Amino acid sequence: MRARTINRHFREGIKNIFRNGWMTVASVGAVTMTLILVGAFLGLILNLNHMAKNIEEDVVIKAFIDLTAEEDQVLTLGKEIEKISGVESVIFSSKDEELESLIQSMGEGGEVWQLYEQDNPLNHAYIVKAEDPHNTEQIAQKIVNLKGVDSITYGQDVAQNLFKFTDYARTIGIILVAGLVLTAIFLISNTIKLTIMARSREIGIMKLVGATNSFIRGPFFVEGLLLGVLGSIIPIVAVLSLYKVIENSIVGMTSIGFVELLPFNPFAWQLALVILVVGAGIGIWGSLMSVRKFLKV
Amino acid sequence: MITMKDVYKTYDNGVTALNGINVEIDQGEFVYIVGPSGAGKSSFIKLMYREIKPTKGTLYLNNKDVSQIKEKDVPLLRRNIGVIFQDFRLLPKLSVYENVAFALEVIEESPRNIRKRVMDVLDLVGLKNKARFFPRELSGGEQQRVSIARAIVNRPKIVIADEPTGNLDPETSWEIMRVFEQINNSGTTIIMATHSKEIVNTIKKRVIAIEDGLIVRDEHRGDYGYES
Repeated sequence: MRARTINRHFREGIKNIFRNGWMTVASVGAVTMTLILVGAFLGLILNLNHMAKNIEEDVVIKAFIDLTAEEDQVLTLGKEIEKISGVESVIFSSKDEELESLIQSMGEGGEVWQLYEQDNPLNHAYIVKAEDPHNTEQIAQKIVNLKGVDSITYGQDVAQNLFKFTDYARTIGIILVAGLVLTAIFLISNTIKLTIMARSREIGIMKLVGATNSFIRGPFFVEGLLLGVLGSIIPIVAVLSLYKVIENSIVGMTSIGFVELLPFNPFAWQLALVILVVGAGIGIWGSLMSVRKFLKV
Repeated sequence: MITMKDVYKTYDNGVTALNGINVEIDQGEFVYIVGPSGAGKSSFIKLMYREIKPTKGTLYLNNKDVSQIKEKDVPLLRRNIGVIFQDFRLLPKLSVYENVAFALEVIEESPRNIRKRVMDVLDLVGLKNKARFFPRELSGGEQQRVSIARAIVNRPKIVIADEPTGNLDPETSWEIMRVFEQINNSGTTIIMATHSKEIVNTIKKRVIAIEDGLIVRDEHRGDYGYES
């Protein structure tokens, strides 16, 4: 295509944006509303996913070692655990360390446990982490059968419920975002269809004097692109500023440790880029879908 | 130049518009297509610029089978045919100059050529001094002259006109016919569907009469042959 023609398409596309007045406002409005929702949901879901991952990664198996086990038995056990497939790391925690962390976790009430420092009743333990947190239970079952293991704990119920919740959250999130994008495309293609219907005569004349389909599509392509881009401005500004506000307010809340957002830079910028690309994409797609019908003259 | 062999056209709704048309039209001819309403004149004309395809039969235009042309090549066919309608089909938001230039812009002609050819053709139809006017500021006859200018600005070998004087008063119709004769004199083939008995009987040309989808009469310098 010649530069002159591309130039013409842009000129015509921009002219149409102004010429269509309220139709343009309606289309941009539809894109804006949808992209705000898409941006908000996408931001929410990706962050939920991030948090879920953080929580999942905190799930560890603690294998308490039999009190009667000799030192070499303890070492062998460690090696055997490492050999289990799917195990990411095995860390030894002595009974003194276990007592120390117990005292720490009890806060003021922990002082009572200091009495046991001379005669520690706790077991040595191995702290085992799975490569994929979902395999925690399987690995735990294998460890419990090993010789020298007294008992294990991995927050069975908590882990199971957590995995269920994060899986649901992801699935629902994906369905919601997909549904929203489809609705947006439908809305935009309908709005643009109205503007194109008003110009069906023009398209008919273009075809009559021998314009190719791609030549006719040109200005509509530009128009759709611009509608999409215009429609993404407010959502981008909204998402960026809202994200900043939420991030700032959460930083102060250290008590809920797992609520850690994806960092503003680069996440919010990536989200903005996604909104821009989705906006431009649905604008172009909606526009070309609508013009298609009128090209069959 | 134009050859139709056993051309049939039945629309999706079951209506048969053409029922076995055989005709040959040579380069430079001026042909009137006459017949009662619903006889198949419009279908006959639409076939030539490929707005519709024949259900059966072949239609050759410059030795090319129009019915076999691929969809993507239809624009190229139309660049060699000028089409004029009863309702002018001008773009109301474009000036006279822009309406005519439009036909050259879409085939990506250079701006210099566009300027020269548009002014030449507006001169030919007598509207050079109204180039900046908008269609709504023109009379019916002037609007039809703009649409003729647009049809011939590509220098097509064939001009097809579907009732071009149908919306015009008699005096204006004669003006339009003079423009057509002028174009025809330069060697362009003109095929014109009309209901005007006066025009056909005064400006004597070849007459093809269509009734019930069939050619019932084909006369050199013929008469209209119907009561108008």
